[in-house]
This record gives sequence, structure tokens and C-alpha cells, in this order.
Amino acid sequence: MLKKLLGLATIAAAMQTYAFSAAADTFVFTAIPDQDETQLIERFGAVESYLEEQLDVDVKYIPVKSYAAAVSAFRNNQVQLAWFGGLSGVQARRLVPGSEAIAQGEEDPEFQSYVIANTSTGLEPMDDLSDALEGMTFTFGSKGSTSGRLMPEFFLREAYGEAPDEVFSRVGFSGNHTRTVRLVEAGTYQLGAVNYKVWESGVEDGSIDTDKVQVIWKTPYYPDYQWTIRGDVDERFGEGFKDRVTQALLDMDDPELLQRFPRTGFIPATNEDYAPIEETAEALGLLN
Amino acid sequence: MIEGRTVMQGWANVPLSQSRTARTTLFFVVLALVCLAMADIAITTANPWQDLMRFFWGVMTPDFFSSAGLATALLRTLAFAFVGVTLGAAAGFLLALVYRFRLVRTFAAFIRAIHELFWALIFLQFFGFHPLTGVLAIAIPYAGIFAKVYSEILDEADPEPRNLLPSGVGALSAFVYARIPDCWEQLRTYTSYRLECGFRSSAILGFVGLPTLGFYLESAFSQGHYSEAGAVLILFYLLIATIPLWVRPRMLPFYIVAAPFFLGDGMPIMWGNVRRFFTEDIVPAPLREGSSNDFWPWLSDLVVNQALPGIWNTLLLTQMALVATGVIALLAFPLISRHFGNRVSRTGGHVLLVIARSTPEYILAYILLQLWGPSMLPAVVALALHNGGIIGHLIGRQSSTFNLRPDAPRGLMRYGYELVPRVYPSFLAFLFYRWEIIMRETAILGILGIYTLGFYVDSAIQNIQFDKAMILILVTALLNIGIDGLSRRIRRRLALQTMPTC
Repeated sequence: MLKKLLGLATIAAAMQTYAFSAAADTFVFTAIPDQDETQLIERFGAVESYLEEQLDVDVKYIPVKSYAAAVSAFRNNQVQLAWFGGLSGVQARRLVPGSEAIAQGEEDPEFQSYVIANTSTGLEPMDDLSDALEGMTFTFGSKGSTSGRLMPEFFLREAYGEAPDEVFSRVGFSGNHTRTVRLVEAGTYQLGAVNYKVWESGVEDGSIDTDKVQVIWKTPYYPDYQWTIRGDVDERFGEGFKDRVTQALLDMDDPELLQRFPRTGFIPATNEDYAPIEETAEALGLLN
Repeated sequence: MIEGRTVMQGWANVPLSQSRTARTTLFFVVLALVCLAMADIAITTANPWQDLMRFFWGVMTPDFFSSAGLATALLRTLAFAFVGVTLGAAAGFLLALVYRFRLVRTFAAFIRAIHELFWALIFLQFFGFHPLTGVLAIAIPYAGIFAKVYSEILDEADPEPRNLLPSGVGALSAFVYARIPDCWEQLRTYTSYRLECGFRSSAILGFVGLPTLGFYLESAFSQGHYSEAGAVLILFYLLIATIPLWVRPRMLPFYIVAAPFFLGDGMPIMWGNVRRFFTEDIVPAPLREGSSNDFWPWLSDLVVNQALPGIWNTLLLTQMALVATGVIALLAFPLISRHFGNRVSRTGGHVLLVIARSTPEYILAYILLQLWGPSMLPAVVALALHNGGIIGHLIGRQSSTFNLRPDAPRGLMRYGYELVPRVYPSFLAFLFYRWEIIMRETAILGILGIYTLGFYVDSAIQNIQFDKAMILILVTALLNIGIDGLSRRIRRRLALQTMPTC
């Protein structure tokens, strides 16, 4: 027992040190885990070095396991910048007064979700969601995803007049877009909703087998991903820091880096750009 | 084995229909069948066996060098477990000393009714990715468990040495010199057993983002990198299997002192977040916004649409998993019993059971869900394999201590008429002891997408609605405390006694 108590004292002492050991002036960012982790680490590892070069401070990317973890880390000021989806960005900016959407992909103001189907369903591409989908199994992406959950759910409700779990025989949440594609391809679910960018880059690099899974419906356009920064970064990293970060993001022109997002480039964004997302999320009860 | 004999006599003298044990068993089996009829059981993947083969192939061809972080993850897994279990044991020991107070008992029951992963999800909200999150997620529920078991062990200590002490001996001296020595061995055995549980708990914390083995297992698995996943699993089995080699009493103080230095630094804690969490985040939204009239509609909506369906599915799954666990345990124990097979077959049996019981249910369920698609089936199988492996191991070991008559029957007759009746009381005792544990796991499996309480807790957290999450966690804890009480009553009624398992 005595030894244990001794151990305890050491632990208490060690804990104290740990609480302060992370360098206070490292600029930390995260991103919603919307795709396979390997892809995220490659993409944001590259962003990390790019920003470090541009901003002349230590920059660190931390991977997280859920959309909510990304929002919480941002809210708790453990990260100061994040690549959010439409919904997670709105959640984060509501929770952190003064935070701002500063840049979005060129494609993001007109983003889309695709409804995809395993070819064994016999479904063909359609202009309006048909009754043939009813009673099938369906997977969203993450519960907190804009293109994998919020907007598809909104349009499904609009088309069928009831909640997805009334329309479909089984509704699941795959976790991310890569997994949605894989699950529908394997037939685990007959249908799925997926980020159109993830779909198209998967088709392009051959990782999606279009004999097994195909797009059957495309949603109308809506705004999605953006970089959001905390309002207090200037106090911490110096006057004009926020503008420098914004400029660095807008200046990103390395084709290889952009390809990893995949976006053709970045353009300015404002909080107001995401008002439609906020309204939809409120209507679905996903925001208080 | 005294109860064993009483029940044996019961079996000999009264018809099966009048034996309490038999009736209880029958009741639970029928209940599980009713649940089965109502539950969602299906294999929805197109090629479940193909995926399963790919997975086994991955385990056969492990890739230990794919991720540079694996060694660090192993270190962190150990560090979190050592620090968490040490703190839990120390706090649990102190609680055990005052366990006679109802308030303490209720408090301990409450903190252990909440699963490590739920604790981690709570701490993540305000400590974020700080080592404290992982340490407390293990230490708190473990303190509740240690408090209960330590107090049971201390209560059973022989009172005689204490009575022989001269009057005027201080309470502390009496405790240290008369009580502790008598139960030291049991305290030590249980604590080291709990440490093994700690490694499992620590590993699964990775699934919510802490830097332990689960983190890599989740990434590898979800991306279909089965050789990487295989490497993580093999590392984990090696870790558990070699415990007797490297966890030595002499080495323990060294590990305990060293562990805090290997927790990693994570991200700094901001104490304002802690205050905000308790004073704002978990206050029900209507109260926070000052419209207390909306509180009851808010609460009833939460109860009707989330808590009740969650409770229903949690109960369905728990009852099916409980009986399936029993079936697996009864089928598995002969594999390691000295009354069956030979040395080689028993070694094989031991390996199988070690794998079954050292794989955390959460990881098993995760793997099976990936392979078979979402339904309650993967969860039932995972819970039954893990828990059945543990109970099978315990009663198999016990059955080896029996001496059969030289003319005892062989084969199925030996199994059915000689061994099962002898191990049955302790089998039921272990099973009912694990009932509460199975339910705690069932609830948490919701995070993986099965619609138990954990699903709704996770959904609330994903929507950043911690007020809802906390109420649902509270509901889960109460349900668990209820099952714990029920299980204690059944065990008392059937006069079953057992040592705790984790």
C-alpha cells in the first residue's frame, strides 16, 4: 500500500507537469474525419507543412475520431482552426462567439450529395426520388455530416413526407463517406448518401467499382465545407494573424495539395454563407 | 463446493420441474427466445464469409511495420492502464473502508454502472485529448468496482486475529496487522486480475480517439487493412498472454512510478471548459434558456423517442446475449477440462478460450459488425464469445478439480451426468454475476450503430447536446443498477456464491 501511495504522489506531480507541457504557441488545427484516415493524414500532413512555411509558427494537425470531437476541440480552444463541413461549422461557430468562416473550396458554394445504389437493386438514375426506394436499406455517413446526413435527410423527408426510418427498412450511419461507398458496394446496405466529391474522386482513381454501385439521384445544390478560425487567434499569435491564415489558405495553389481535398482552389467565405444549413439543421432538430 | 452438493441432492431427490435452478434456467431461456423473436437478427452483407476469410488472412499475415505509431500506442495502452488501475485501486480501497454506509455503496454502484467509454466521452468534452481523460475514464469506474470487491474480501476476513489483540490497540494497527494479512492474497490476486481488465479497457479507449491500440485498430479495420488490424490484435494478445512474465510483484512499483511519464502530453487543459461543461452544457436546454415551462415537453420527448426505445433494445440484446453466453460457456468448458480430450486438444482449447476472453467485446462486436452488417446478431455473438470464454475458462478449471470414479461414464454421458450437474451452480453464479457486465457492454455497443442506449448517447454527443447525453447516461446507469440488484437477489435465492470477474 505504501508503495502505491508513493506512486500516487509521483503521479500527481507528473500530472501537474503534463497539464502545461504542450507548447502554448503552437497553432493547432483539425478536420472532420469524413474520409479514410490514411487520406486525411496525407492531406492534412501536407497542409501542416504548407501553413508552417507560410505563417512562420509551429503548426500541428491532430486527427480526431468523430465530427463532434472536431467541434469540441475547436470549442475548447485545443485547436484554433478547422476544416469543417457545413453543419459542423455552424455548430462550432455557434459555440464559439467571434469565430469565423474564412475560406471555402471553389466547389463548396454549390455542393451536392449523391444517392447511390447497389446495382443488384436494379435501380436506374432518376430525376425525382421514386417509390421504388421505399422498404430498402439505407446508410448515411456520419451522424454529424452535412453531405452524408443532414442534406440527404432533408431532401428525403421532402420527397417522401416522412422520416428516413419510416421510408427505409433499415437506416444506418456508416461513419464516413469512404465507408458508405464500401458498404453499398458490398451490398451491406442497398442505398447510401455520399459526398459527391468523394464519389467522383473515387471513380476517377478506380477505387470504386461502378459495376457494383452507381449514382441514382443527385440532390439540389447547397453550401458545404469551409475553414473556420477562432476569433481570439490575433490575441494569441499576434495582430493580423487571422488575415495571414486566410491569405495562406486562399493562396494554396499546389495542384497536388489541392487534389488531395479534392478542390480546384479556395475562395473567401463568410458565416452568412451557411445560413441555409443552419435553418435546415434547426428544422431537423439537429441544432437547438 | 458445499452449495454444489446441496444442489446435487436437489437434483437427485426432486423432479427437475421443482428445482429452483432448473426453473430459473428455463425461465431465462424462454425469455431469450421471446426476445429473439422480436429482435433484429440478420446478416446483411453480400459476402460475409469472403470478408471473414480476408480478415483471417490478414491476421495470418500481420503487418507490424505499416504504422510507426504502433509501438507508441502499445506504450500508451500500458501507461493508461497502470495509472488508471492504480488510482482506481487506491480510491476503491479507501471507499471499501467506509463501504458500510449506504451513501458510499450507492455512490460506488453509480460510478461503476457507467462504462469506461461513456466516462471517456464525458471527459473528452472538457479535458479534450489530455491524458487525464483516459486515466479518469479507467480510474473512476474501476474505483467503484474495487470498492465493492475489496469490501467483500475484507468482510470475509477471519475475525479471530482481531479478537485476540489486546485492548487499546488502535483501529489502524488492528486493521493493518489483523485484517489485511488474512486477505492479502485475495486482494493481490483480484488487483492483478483487474489490471488485465485495465489493459482491455485502455485499448478500447482508442476507439473514441485516445492514443491507445484501439485507435489504430479502428483505422486499420475501417479501411479494410486487415493485415494491419491483425498486427494490432496479435500485439494485444501477446500483451495479455505474457502478463505472468512481466507483471511481477517486484516490478510493479517500478511500472506504477514510471507509467505516468509515458502517458504522452496530449493537449493542454483549459479549466474554463470544465466549468462551462458543468454549469452550462449539461443543464437541460429549456432551463438554460430560462423557459422552464418547456422542460417537461423536452424531457418527455427525450424519454419517448430515445430513452424508451434504447432501454427496450438494450434489454432485448442483454437477455439474448446472457443465454447465448451460457450456451457458449457450457459448450466450451470441456475443451480445457482434464476429463476430456488429451494434452494437445486441451492446449488448443486454452488458446481458443484465451483469444475469446482477452478480445474485448467491443472489438469483437466491431469486427463482426464490419463483416456481417448491422443487426443485433454481431453483438450477441461478440458478447457470447467473450463472456462465454471467460465463464467457460472458470468452470473448465473448476471441473478439472473434480475426481470422478474410475467407472464413471465417458463422452456425452460423462459431460451430461457427471460434470454439468457438478459445475452448474457455479456456472449460474458466474453467469448472473456477469449479467450486469453484459448489460453495461450492450449499452455501449450502441456507439457502433446498434440501437441500444449507447446509440442515443452517441447521437446526442454528435449533435453537441450534452444535456440529453447526460440524461441518457443516467438512465443507462440506473438500468444497470437495477439489473445488478435483481441479479444479487436471484443469486441469493439460488444460494449461489462466486468470486467476481471483470
